[in-house]
Amino acid sequence: MATSGGAPVGAGTAEARRSALVAAAVGVGLMAAADEVVFHQLLGWHHFYDRSTPAVGLVSDGLLHAVELVLLVAGGFAFADLRRRGALAPRWAWSGLLLGLGGFQVFDGVVDHKVLRVHQVRYGVDLLPYDLAWILGGVLLVVAGALLALRARRAGGPPGGRGAGGPPGGR
Amino acid sequence: MVAAPAARPVVAEAAAPAGAVAAHAGHGAATAASAPGWALAVLLVVAVVVPYLAGAARVRARGRRWSRWRTASWTTGALLLGAAASPPVAAASAGPLGHTAQHLLLGMHAPLALVLASPVRLLLGAGSPAVRRRVAAVLRSRLVRVASVPAVAALVDTGGLYLLHLTPLLAASHRLPWVHALVVVHFVLAGSLWAWAVAGPDPAPHRPGTGERAVVLVLAAAAHGVLAKLLYARAADLPPGAPGTVAEREQAAVLLSYGGDLAEVLLAAALFAGWLRLRGVRARTRMGACAPGPSPTPLRSSPPAP
Repeated sequence: MATSGGAPVGAGTAEARRSALVAAAVGVGLMAAADEVVFHQLLGWHHFYDRSTPAVGLVSDGLLHAVELVLLVAGGFAFADLRRRGALAPRWAWSGLLLGLGGFQVFDGVVDHKVLRVHQVRYGVDLLPYDLAWILGGVLLVVAGALLALRARRAGGPPGGRGAGGPPGGR
Repeated sequence: MVAAPAARPVVAEAAAPAGAVAAHAGHGAATAASAPGWALAVLLVVAVVVPYLAGAARVRARGRRWSRWRTASWTTGALLLGAAASPPVAAASAGPLGHTAQHLLLGMHAPLALVLASPVRLLLGAGSPAVRRRVAAVLRSRLVRVASVPAVAALVDTGGLYLLHLTPLLAASHRLPWVHALVVVHFVLAGSLWAWAVAGPDPAPHRPGTGERAVVLVLAAAAHGVLAKLLYARAADLPPGAPGTVAEREQAAVLLSYGGDLAEVLLAAALFAGWLRLRGVRARTRMGACAPGPSPTPLRSSPPAP
């Protein structure tokens, strides 16, 4: 998210920047929701609470979870507002989405799992490969988002972001 | 300190079979005995819904529109209240899981549905001039002004929940019917105040901006989540003196956590839907102001966005 703040210098319009920020918020919320559904509910790798969490971890976890949920909802409505005004810059939005997804995963892998030790990826196994896969996956998403941001910047586009092109996959 | 958690489950387990036997003995008579309970629940729903329907009919009779969605929202809220008062939930509320379900229904989900139905706007639209003047005076009163500051409403609602679960108050409410009644009334009133302060579509003279309300929503939801995890982590000795085994209390804490998440998401959706609607109205007003020709007045009086 920090990257998308200063990135769109070339395109230079508030709408390009807003598109990236809004999509990044949705990305953070989506990745948090995916983490919750896949790893907590489906796989059961994470625990609801694993009893080794220190008090500061408990409070930060609660705060983070509340922020994620509100970000997802707020991002969804802000996205609807951009679309309604015809102000969405799709390339910037895709870039922001990937940065948000990857940024959250790296943050979760490094700060939540390793620094605050809120919970671990999985229990009763050698953690190193899991942690590496978790964090590297996030880094890959961040790199892909940064590359898309570069492309969006090179493509430029008139103010309002309409000319900034469609989604990278072409839709 | 060390002995306490070990001793408490023994007490809880000793109490549990006695309760189970009593519940089982009463089971044969349960269907007959629960009839008054059901009648009471239905009566509650009717008593909540009928005045609203009458008000909506009056507004329509005066030639103004009243959205069916609002009526549906009010009815949903009334049904959730009825569900919380129904014999199965009321009977289960003697245990941790049922108590939590009742709290979620009465204090979080029913109030949101009721508040989204704009009851104050209905009162203003359907009431006589005298009623309208009184409502306006109440809205402008200092009490309403202070209570509808989102941070104050959060303190009353979530703070009350902390007080209930971290002190012997919950145990007292299981023992004494009048304490239980007060707790139930507090759930509904505090939950309604909180939903109204964060996402109320009703007119309010001192409603702060979307950003401030979103920040307070995040903090209150975080506090709610932390309480749920705390109750899970220390299920052996929290809530102090309340009934239930450790496993039952853990289940209740998980329900509190996910039920609270659902309420947070719904509240956030209501809050930002209001923001989106307002932006649409403002954009059209601005376009009207820039457009050549007629004055912007007819545009401003056009109906708001769907």
